[in-house]
Amino acid sequence: MSPLLTSVLWTLIKVAFALFAVGLNIAGLLGWVERKQSAVLQDRIGANRADILGFRILGLFHPIADAVKMLTKEDFVPTGVNRLFHTMAPCFSLGFAFLGLAAIPYGGVVHVAGKAWSLVPIESPVGLLFVLAMLGLGLHGVMMAGWASNSNYALLGGLRGAAQMISYEICMGAILAAPAFLYGTLDLETMVEKQGGFLWGMIPNWGCFTQPLAFILFLVAGTALSKRTPFDLPEGEAEIVGYHVEYSGMKFGMFLMTDFIETIVVSGLAVAIFLGGWQIPGMALDGLSGAVLMLASFITKLLAVLFVLMQIRWTLPRFRFDQLLSLGWKNILPLALANFLVTIWGIYLWR
Amino acid sequence: MAMTVREVSRPARSFMEQIFLWEVCVGLMVTFRHFFVNLARHALRALGLKVEPGAVTIQYPEDPAVLGKRARTRHRLLKRADGSPRCTSCLLCETICPAKCIHITPEESPDPRIEKRAKTFDIDIGLCIFCGYCVEACPVDAIHMDANKVELSSYTREDMIWTMPELMDDVPKLPRALRPAPGIGPTVPFVSGSH
Ligand code: SF4
Ligand code: SF4
Repeated sequence: MSPLLTSVLWTLIKVAFALFAVGLNIAGLLGWVERKQSAVLQDRIGANRADILGFRILGLFHPIADAVKMLTKEDFVPTGVNRLFHTMAPCFSLGFAFLGLAAIPYGGVVHVAGKAWSLVPIESPVGLLFVLAMLGLGLHGVMMAGWASNSNYALLGGLRGAAQMISYEICMGAILAAPAFLYGTLDLETMVEKQGGFLWGMIPNWGCFTQPLAFILFLVAGTALSKRTPFDLPEGEAEIVGYHVEYSGMKFGMFLMTDFIETIVVSGLAVAIFLGGWQIPGMALDGLSGAVLMLASFITKLLAVLFVLMQIRWTLPRFRFDQLLSLGWKNILPLALANFLVTIWGIYLWR
Repeated sequence: MAMTVREVSRPARSFMEQIFLWEVCVGLMVTFRHFFVNLARHALRALGLKVEPGAVTIQYPEDPAVLGKRARTRHRLLKRADGSPRCTSCLLCETICPAKCIHITPEESPDPRIEKRAKTFDIDIGLCIFCGYCVEACPVDAIHMDANKVELSSYTREDMIWTMPELMDDVPKLPRALRPAPGIGPTVPFVSGSH
């Protein structure tokens, strides 16, 4: 096989892995985790009635039942909506979320059969910007849905979504500038590689130890960017139902999945930039076994971050909109900029 | 009267509360504790150990419904020592019933010491409001209400009518289609409120 064909095939395989193995699987599983985790921490049992031949396996069939329900439900389009944009909105949301997922570094470079194989689906020297751009573009789906639905509630939700996500994208940029300067690169894979080794010989040289403030701010801004409680104002089920109020069936399901996928993307970024990515402290990973260990390590960290984010989602009540914006503009942004300045200064002095 | 205005001062928020992060951690500690304690309890119970349950959920059809000891559910007609119903057909319960769902046909009793007895005694459980007045009204303590028998539903209105043998538990309450012999069902055609 020619080298070009090999690399194209390899990229396709990796993207498929990111989309299906990571994206769809974990997103489906998150629906179950969401139900069960909330149930356990609220002293309940949670959904456990879907069964196949009498087997229930802790309610694991519920995501399947959900998918079947969503796919077979009537796709109701109210009169007065702009059909084209009404249909395009969920595709935009989900599509860009998936693209973001494809640039997350699930593993580094391994040498198998005398060749170097990179385990990042979309290898790019500006991977970080790519992911941020995809997260930002996802906003268009929300705005489009809010506008095309021809409903005041949806429009309100779309407006809120736009204000919230643009504010927090700016915060996100300011927060991530510090680690980007620290690692001296925008390539997510290089960032992970720089997190190998130890600080003072004992703490792993991970971003959450070298940039603790940025890590915490990132988790907050990331939750806001993925529109999940406590920042689910674009939805606001209790007040306005939100930008997807006029959607039903699988189109609604796509919005639902977008939230999950964006959560996975944000968690993936957190793992790659702050939690050492695929690094296992004190181990040099290479070869086939190295690739497996890399993937396992990355997915484990990803699931841990998702678990914590889910716990936060079920612990905190929703913010008010002015609180949300003032948190973003008056607290997170100045803190992130201060952190950025201190980091640059530190790097300058250290050099 | 002059309106009075009272200023209620808001409690001052401490620095720790204002930066919010610590409070979030406190909240998370509560939920994490619940999560792991409940998870451990679920796991231990799955292994067959007798620990406290990890959830307060009552999974009703599998677990029995637990009502209060004095809950009023289905009616029961009590019997004398010889097995005949205690009811003397005085119609006090039928009279007091606010839902008008008791229907009694009295007849002459063969026992000279007892004036009357009930030929038929139907209660339309579908109309009953479970007030318990019938129990209180009865002068001979012939009618009671069970405390924990809530599974009274049926597919038709006719099947909600309990007849005397069923109220005495002489025959099980079955839907009309499943009843063994004819003639055990309701004896009076019911028109509600037609007294
Ligand atoms: S409980 Fe009340 S409503 Fe029901 S039969 Fe007795 S008196 Fe009538
Ligand atoms: S009040 Fe008692 S004795 Fe009188 S008819 Fe009712 S059940 Fe029978």
